[in-house]
Amino acid sequence: MMNAKKLIAKTPLHVAIFVFAAIWAIPTLGLLITSFRDPASIAGSGWWTIFPRLLSGGQYSLENYVGVIYSEGLGRSFLNSLIISVPATAISTFIASFAAFGFAWMGFTGRRTLFMVVVGLMVIPLQMTFIPILPIYNKLGLHGTFPGIWLAHTAYGLPLTTYLVHNFMAGIPKDLFDSAAIDGASPLRTFWNIVMPISIPALASVFIFQFLWIWNDLLVSLVYLTAQKSVAPLMLSIANLVTNRGQDWELLTAAAFVSMALPLVVFFSLQRYFVRGILAGSVKG
Amino acid sequence: MEAETKRRKLFARLFHSLRRTAVGRLVARVCRLVWHWLRSIRWRSWAFVAPALVLIGFFLVYPTVVTVARSFFGRGVQLFGPKVHFVGLDNWQFVFTNEIMLTALRNNALWAVLFTTGTVGFGLILAVLLDRVRYEKVVKSIVFIPAAISFVGASIVWKFIYAYRPANLEQIGALNAVVVALGGEPVGWLLQRPWLNNILLIVVGIWMWTGFCMVIFSAAYKNIPKQLLEAARIDGANEWRVFRRIILPLLAPTASVVATTMVVQVLKVFDIVYVMTNGNFSTEVIANRMYKEAFLYGNYGRASAIAVVLLILIVPFMILNIRRFAAQERGR
Repeated sequence: MMNAKKLIAKTPLHVAIFVFAAIWAIPTLGLLITSFRDPASIAGSGWWTIFPRLLSGGQYSLENYVGVIYSEGLGRSFLNSLIISVPATAISTFIASFAAFGFAWMGFTGRRTLFMVVVGLMVIPLQMTFIPILPIYNKLGLHGTFPGIWLAHTAYGLPLTTYLVHNFMAGIPKDLFDSAAIDGASPLRTFWNIVMPISIPALASVFIFQFLWIWNDLLVSLVYLTAQKSVAPLMLSIANLVTNRGQDWELLTAAAFVSMALPLVVFFSLQRYFVRGILAGSVKG
Repeated sequence: MEAETKRRKLFARLFHSLRRTAVGRLVARVCRLVWHWLRSIRWRSWAFVAPALVLIGFFLVYPTVVTVARSFFGRGVQLFGPKVHFVGLDNWQFVFTNEIMLTALRNNALWAVLFTTGTVGFGLILAVLLDRVRYEKVVKSIVFIPAAISFVGASIVWKFIYAYRPANLEQIGALNAVVVALGGEPVGWLLQRPWLNNILLIVVGIWMWTGFCMVIFSAAYKNIPKQLLEAARIDGANEWRVFRRIILPLLAPTASVVATTMVVQVLKVFDIVYVMTNGNFSTEVIANRMYKEAFLYGNYGRASAIAVVLLILIVPFMILNIRRFAAQERGR
């Protein structure tokens, strides 16, 4: 009796949650289904019309994926995205850990003020930086090259990554450093042999966060790279695909999924770290 | 040899007589101070932060200063190139009088209000509701997925939902299919200026960022001692009252942090607009306009002024962040 009453009382709650879940899942689901249908059926009927015969074969194919990966060159773009985001993330996490350690545990004049500046720069609009840097990039031949975009992404990511790593490192107990100092360890040794190993979970969160940010970036690539096949990352190629083939849904849906594949894998396998990164960045207020 | 010694002696005498003058003494003193200062600097400490500071200085601080200056100059790439002239407040006049710029400013305000309310509101509601059901984790993942994908991907997802075809063809966009099924006429959603199409773009943003807010609210909500809520319920407070009087005040500090993050995000909104409408049909926003002025029309003066507008809008939040951080440091 009690249980039935409870169930009825909770029905609106379940319905509300179900509606939310549906709104958040259906758009992506529609995209996924569409990407496996052939162009004629996509243009002829909505993707939801397949539900009565959801499991019957023959209506699905990988043709659209083959099309975008080979003919549209998204295979190469996928590779470019990897070439861009992995080194850029690694360099920025590395430099940020050094800086975070310096700011958290090394004494020097002006360190507080400087760190405040770094915190402030976390939110600076990147639009402020493009115009003065482009002519320098052109002169140095960095425009449209991988090293150029590595540097830019590294620098743009540094304020946030430094802040996140700092939040973690500042929480390490002081005793650890005292005992290291008694043992006669230099700061570099302390950093490398003591601080880095215990920071690995925090660094993993920062790495994932930064990796997804760079992987998903469009603006920085638009400015510092070109649409050339040899350097264009996924987002740039797909944005161009939207401009040039805006009604070819078989291409766009497959392309969108190619761009989501890696983030989704990262998301499902490392969600814990991802969530931790978000919480470290904002909850401490 | 003789001449060499002589010259040396002359220099030594000159140096000593200069050294004895007031200016000489001052210079010597300054030199000594600088020397002591240089010796007192902890080079090893600086070595840790130097790489980061150099990169941040070159890519963020230096360009910011130049861009502010650049907003008072005309076209052209080089700051002081042959074709670039000082134009005073011309760019600024453009920013605040040009019709498209005014549209962009208005749209950014619309984004700021609706996007922030939407993400923070839905995030909060979901965090509180999901805590009460057993399948919390599954739904959380579903809502959170869009946070991992790109704006470009999400834009395609929703462009497909909004897809429009004339009434005599079968609709392939989900939204128009619903409208037609209910007996209506199909609508070209992204052409419905000036409000509906903007709102539909904002929906994409809300869809992407609600999960982010939900995760943060959920963590904060789970920190609230549950006895507190139980005590209120035993005292006869209904669920709404518990939410209004206990949960909401306790989550207010979190809400303020989350809302700040969202506003900063939304002021810079670019990708969604660039991919879905490219700012056509009255959907222009500041960041997209800046991109067009700079990299399509090559008008770097105007583009700089537009970028500075963005900076000015964000500076209050920058200060807020710094003050929050300072308070947090004091509490350590």
